[in-house]
Amino acid sequence: MDLTLSPNEQAFRDELRDWVAANHPGEEPAGDEAAWAFRVAWQRQLHEQGYAGLSWPEQFGGRGATLIEQAIFGEEMARAKAPSPANILGLVMGGPVVIAHGTEEQKQRYLEPILSAEEIWCQGFSEPESGSDLASLKTKAVKSGDEWVVTGQKVWTTFAHHAKWCMLVARTDPDAPKHKGLTYFLMDMEQEAVQVRPLRQITGEAEFNELFIEEARIPDENVVGGVGNGWMVAITTLMHERAGLGAAAGASVKIALGQLIELARERGVDDDPVVRQKIAALLIEAEALRLNSWRGLTQIMKTGIPGPEGSLPKLQWANVNQGLTELAVAIQGEEGLSRDSDWTYRFLRARANSIEGGTTEILKNIIAERVLQLPRLR
Amino acid sequence: MNFDFSDDQQAIKRTAHDLVASRFKADTVRELAEAERYDDSLWGEVAELGWAGIFVSEDLGGQGLGMVELAILAEELGYAAAPLPFLANAAAGLALEHAGGEAQRERWLPGIASGETRGAAGMLRDGIAQLVPDADSAGVIVLLDRDGGVVLEPSDCEIEPVPAIDQTRRYARVTPREGAGEPLGGDVAPALDRIATVVAAEIVGVSQRGMEMAVEYARDRQQFGRPIGAYQAVSHRCADMLREVESARSTTYWSAWAADAEPETLPLASAMAKAYASDAGWNVTSSALQVLGGIGFTWEHDLQFFLKRAKVDGALFGSAGEHRERVAALSGLGAAVAAG
Repeated sequence: MDLTLSPNEQAFRDELRDWVAANHPGEEPAGDEAAWAFRVAWQRQLHEQGYAGLSWPEQFGGRGATLIEQAIFGEEMARAKAPSPANILGLVMGGPVVIAHGTEEQKQRYLEPILSAEEIWCQGFSEPESGSDLASLKTKAVKSGDEWVVTGQKVWTTFAHHAKWCMLVARTDPDAPKHKGLTYFLMDMEQEAVQVRPLRQITGEAEFNELFIEEARIPDENVVGGVGNGWMVAITTLMHERAGLGAAAGASVKIALGQLIELARERGVDDDPVVRQKIAALLIEAEALRLNSWRGLTQIMKTGIPGPEGSLPKLQWANVNQGLTELAVAIQGEEGLSRDSDWTYRFLRARANSIEGGTTEILKNIIAERVLQLPRLR
Repeated sequence: MNFDFSDDQQAIKRTAHDLVASRFKADTVRELAEAERYDDSLWGEVAELGWAGIFVSEDLGGQGLGMVELAILAEELGYAAAPLPFLANAAAGLALEHAGGEAQRERWLPGIASGETRGAAGMLRDGIAQLVPDADSAGVIVLLDRDGGVVLEPSDCEIEPVPAIDQTRRYARVTPREGAGEPLGGDVAPALDRIATVVAAEIVGVSQRGMEMAVEYARDRQQFGRPIGAYQAVSHRCADMLREVESARSTTYWSAWAADAEPETLPLASAMAKAYASDAGWNVTSSALQVLGGIGFTWEHDLQFFLKRAKVDGALFGSAGEHRERVAALSGLGAAVAAG
């Protein structure tokens, strides 16, 4: 057991830390277009260093980093409060799926523009009537000559208005069992048949979009992983690149907890026993989440199979982030309810944490069924 | 970064698991608990294997291994709620090893390591230690608070048996006579942090077993025509148990590792581990009782031994609340307002 970084890992972290310190682009500018340009520029900087495709094999322009290195990267970026690269979905989902399931032609065509942020990717999975029960999705694709004609509706599509490609899962065989009749496509967003509408959320902003698809065309060569294999391909997408996320989430809530302690001091409640107990409980849960991530990574690197602890960090992160923002607002009393406070924004935004990327309830189902081997509900 | 046991530690874990499983079968645990006694031959066997002094330096008759190895043994013994004076002896040994003077170490540690002169340790509050495991059979008793400690022989104290809810162990109230005993030679903090860690490790094993009992029952028990584990009200309860057991385990292993390899981290790590484990132990075993329903409330079901051990362990050497207060004080929240 050694919870320190090896000399190589430490060298990697130091190199990263120095580079981020020297190249950090500062605060994200206000305004959608300016913020977007800022994130594109940041990704190009990352790409020049080989950090954009950190986990990708070197032959595809990546760095072939180990899981531990990916976790270190996530932790360091969170610690430095570095912006997220523009094409995050292409980097963490699209690229790895093309590498795992794509044809030689698809790898040649799609990978480099993902890394350089020349072509932005979005994800078309969820639908208005298919959230947690993703496999029930209804968007249909019908073969017509050597192309597919797609009609349906998608929701919660991040970056759709900037995207060139959409990772689209659609039903190609309505008669097959629901998990078997799906196909994974790369859909060109630049066509009239695809309409993007921003989706305003409780914070007032619109991070996500709805997609209205009316007889959009997708050439047959844009199927990834074969017709009817969409569920399997989509699941590997969701499982990809989780490695760095637990560690990054741990680092980011730790920073937020530092700010909460600062707030408690400013407001003179740092000696209140109830506040102290609550903050300590959050600090401990955050540490447990970080340790569970590292323990999970060690298991994957040793055995190839994630241990039970690897299933926990996402739901722990949601709990901690909701808990700490709730406490920050409570400490501020009536003043904490003003719309112009950053804590209030984070407090509202945190409500999504237990829904996005798998609801806490679905994650508990997964733990119950796959880790604890309890009988399935359905 | 390698958050897993070494090959040697894995071997210790496997050996301990198998031995505990064969020596502390459910019937044996129940028989000893109901009779409120130990089987001396089992203690003899465990001591013979070097478990009692696994962390004691070799020149004093121990194995010279570390906190990680001690935590492994405590977890495995906790998994069976083994009726043994192991934890008390280890706590006294850690106090003497890490806070004792040279003469104190040389006098007491060989007996603790061989298991022949057992030790016991407890927390002193207002001149009394209310709940000291195995004080009635110890040759040496170490009482501690966060400012210091005192080494006592049984004749230095009044020792009254306490009928604690946990019948898998003996407990006593210890009142040292005025001016009796010898102060510990060194700083007690490193000893207390290690003792908290080994109690946390025991709770991890106890909770793991409680969770397994609940999960097994939820798979088999049928109501309304299907296994109750298919209902989310039950399965989500079990998923929460996993979160608490694994998080208690991760923080405890971290603390044990810090004790051996990064002592500057030990105060925070041990406070976090004991705070987490103390709550997890009760939450998991009481939630397991709810999953078991009526049968879990009966004397006949073995869950009670784990539930009660978890509750007592949660209070030994600092409750969850006390350790959270330490976490707060160590994390930049100004001066502590409650005694830690």
